[in-house]
Amino acid sequence: MSRFKKNGKKETPELNMGSMSDIIFMFLFFFMVITTMREASLKVHFTPPQATEIQKLEKKSLVANIYVGAPISKNENTLPPGEVSVQLNDQTIKAEELVADVRDFIGTEKESRDAQDRDKLTFSLKVDKDVQMRYVNTIKQELRKNNALKINYAAGKRAN
Amino acid sequence: MSKRKTPGLNTGASADISFLLLTFFLLTSSINTEQGIPRKLPPPKTDDTPEMKADINKRNVLNVLVNYLDQISVNGEVMPVSELKDKAKEFFSNPTNDPSLPEKVNKPIDGIGDFAVSKGVVSLTNDQGTSYNMYVQVQNELQRAVNELRDETALQYFGKKYDVLDSAAQRAVTAAIPMSISEAPPMDWSKNGAQ
Repeated sequence: MSRFKKNGKKETPELNMGSMSDIIFMFLFFFMVITTMREASLKVHFTPPQATEIQKLEKKSLVANIYVGAPISKNENTLPPGEVSVQLNDQTIKAEELVADVRDFIGTEKESRDAQDRDKLTFSLKVDKDVQMRYVNTIKQELRKNNALKINYAAGKRAN
Repeated sequence: MSKRKTPGLNTGASADISFLLLTFFLLTSSINTEQGIPRKLPPPKTDDTPEMKADINKRNVLNVLVNYLDQISVNGEVMPVSELKDKAKEFFSNPTNDPSLPEKVNKPIDGIGDFAVSKGVVSLTNDQGTSYNMYVQVQNELQRAVNELRDETALQYFGKKYDVLDSAAQRAVTAAIPMSISEAPPMDWSKNGAQ
């Protein structure tokens, strides 16, 4: 009997870690596909209103965001009387430059897309729920003037 | 010539690397925030577009007014936002062919056949001082009324809810239950009224 037993101590075999990286990579790709990078840091407080009939936007690459809300820091540009800021890209815009800035923003957003995608470009209005409609109306008017007609009122999901 | 065995690479560290990447993506990303109520703005005004269509019959218009205190009036009747959906639904469907509710026109629609399409239009007016939250709630309730009617029509003609229909059937249902909201220029209470 004892001739089969070579040692009292048995060495545990080393685990093969090669496939572990595959599993982690799978996770990684999953997250890469379902996520979007936050391209701009927020300069305004933004709490979306809650709604029930919301729809998901199909293509994230065809969405341009316009943020409206109370400014986070005191140094941001505001619209009169000074409680609400509008953020395009990563800057809040000055009241007197609003018309030109919105036009430029729409122009550059449209230009950065392929010609056949331009009509599908959606402007998502990310407006804080406490903002008065006067600011939203101004922006909607500018969007309309510049032929950016596909818009989206960003909202969170409410059960009922 | 004896074949030499290549020593196995130690791949344990590659799991660490991919973990690092995974954590990076987890931290820098936000999952699916792009959701909301999609709308189309009317095309910009040109000189050709008529100012107002005066020939729209009064019974075909549902006047929804939201004032600066977020109160809602529908055709002159004040109501909470929770009742707006049923009112809009009744307005769009007009089940009893009430002469005070919108008229319907029989139209042939592919896949459905003749369908009495409502001529109703919701005219939405808000104040400059209306809160955005209330505006979205009103839009939401109107959308909900239309969605419920579309679901009912889809169940009746196709036996399925609107969401799970194929795109041709969805187009047919959309043609049968159109969603027409017209936004009037906003009022400004702080300019007209005494403050």
